[in-house]
Amino acid sequence: MAHLTREDILRLASLAKINLDDDEIASMQTDLDSVLEYVEQLKDVDTSELEPTNQVTGLKNVMRNDEIIDYGMSQEALLANVPEVENNQIKTKRVL
Amino acid sequence: MSSMWQPVDEIARDVNSGKLSAVTLVNKALTRIEESKKYNAIITLTADRARERAETIDTKIQSGQSAGRLAGVPFIAKDNFLVFGSETTAASNILKGFTAPYQSTVINMLEAEGAICVAKANLDAFGHGGSTENSDFGPTLNPHDTNKVPGGSSGGSAAAVVLDMVPFALGTDTGGSSRQPASFSGCVGYKPTYGLMSRSGIIAMASSTDTVGVLAHSVSDVAYVTDCMSGKDSLDSTTIDRDPQGYIIDKPLSSLKGKKIGVIKEYMSDGVDSAVKASIQQAIDALEAQGADIETISIPSLSLALAVYYVLVPAEISSNLSRYDGQRFGYSDSAAKDLEDSYTHARSKGFGKEAKRRIMIGTHVLSSGYYDAYYKKAQLVRTKIIKEVDRAFQSVDFLVGPTAPTTAFNIGQNIHDPIQMYLSDLMTVGASLTGIPAIVIPVHKVNGMPVGLQIMAPQNADRALFEVAQVAQKEINT
Repeated sequence: MAHLTREDILRLASLAKINLDDDEIASMQTDLDSVLEYVEQLKDVDTSELEPTNQVTGLKNVMRNDEIIDYGMSQEALLANVPEVENNQIKTKRVL
Repeated sequence: MSSMWQPVDEIARDVNSGKLSAVTLVNKALTRIEESKKYNAIITLTADRARERAETIDTKIQSGQSAGRLAGVPFIAKDNFLVFGSETTAASNILKGFTAPYQSTVINMLEAEGAICVAKANLDAFGHGGSTENSDFGPTLNPHDTNKVPGGSSGGSAAAVVLDMVPFALGTDTGGSSRQPASFSGCVGYKPTYGLMSRSGIIAMASSTDTVGVLAHSVSDVAYVTDCMSGKDSLDSTTIDRDPQGYIIDKPLSSLKGKKIGVIKEYMSDGVDSAVKASIQQAIDALEAQGADIETISIPSLSLALAVYYVLVPAEISSNLSRYDGQRFGYSDSAAKDLEDSYTHARSKGFGKEAKRRIMIGTHVLSSGYYDAYYKKAQLVRTKIIKEVDRAFQSVDFLVGPTAPTTAFNIGQNIHDPIQMYLSDLMTVGASLTGIPAIVIPVHKVNGMPVGLQIMAPQNADRALFEVAQVAQKEINT
């Protein structure tokens, strides 16, 4: 498989919402290439008769009642961790 | 291993009978933590709350009530467990100052039995690493040699146990993060069957393999603690039923007669340090001397487990870490000009190098055009590994092998080479991908450094695993 270009790295960084400086871009290129090269070994494994594994213990559709439960979390404690609060609401930077 | 702490059941018995006070125990732990500061095993103390809880427990007992099966037992939790009122950072700057607004289920369960959390342990940020060097609060040092790593990511928890700060510590184990540090630092480390302990209130890394881990001085303490905090939880829909017999082994096995133990051929390959291999072989011989039937068993696809792991886990990490956007909690940069910009600022400055690396890998393997080639392919190979491991358990009751290919490496040795670092997970990711329980017990040291024997059992055979591990710990010389 092709090695990742500088443009590939920038595209991934933008998808992941991370800014990288030039040094970081270069080291990401080397590091990601070496990891992708290592996982290449999976390519030739015969998996034709197999189904993909999503979950290992066989649980399916675990349902619960749609009701409010109190697990000791207060609104104040939650808002205390918010960087900017105004009138008990989370304030973000402007959207547009 | 010798410890200044009694077994946890004996501590609780003595606290409940008034012979020991919880306040004294908490102070003893805090003193020991203070004396061991140079190892940097601890990020935060939870001393005030611990002392308050200890006083409440002592008062309760003085008034004639019982305070639970872990009354007054101090413990340390890895800093990715939410503990009421404590700063919980997962060793990442992006969570610096984050105060837990609720508490993880397993901590609630331990507290309900009277256990007392005294501190939060260091880790590789978000659990990403095998050396505890990826902590934004500096590396933890190995208790046996301060030039070496304690293993990771639960390196702080393992060091805390080995330094005798507490009778037991909680870690997490996603690909070996409790077992490998147990091997490198020299204590017992256990990863349960996937789903046996609730992950509610634990900072998520990779949800399809994340488990709680327990680190302690003895197998029986690990089993006792497991008995106090396992089973279904409505707050974690992946949880499973506990063993109806519980996990405390009342009547230890007198021998291993009739137990079939398979030595994994692929884990005893040339890639494993020869002295480590010799130490593991010596331990296996001791199991044989106890009557176990030992056979070598080949599970060829296990050699692919690490590659599968390093596709699936970064994918899950990139999803789980998408919640860190600087809006509702965590690091935020007021200089950002708009919403989009504020996400990027928070993530770029808040995440460390390894988190960014894994997010980038995960984003790549999940991205359009690469999903089938990487992510889906890895899920298919995962099925192949599961099938082969299931087949192995049709002919043996337990699987054994080393925990890691080497003893603890030097600080700084692998930090710039992700593949070398990832290779220390080589023998632990198999149990993670298949969801089976595994326990590590200290065996004969190599050049003064600990080595851990890893024993694995089929899913839900955790109780049987403890039975065998208890005999092994008794019979194997360290």
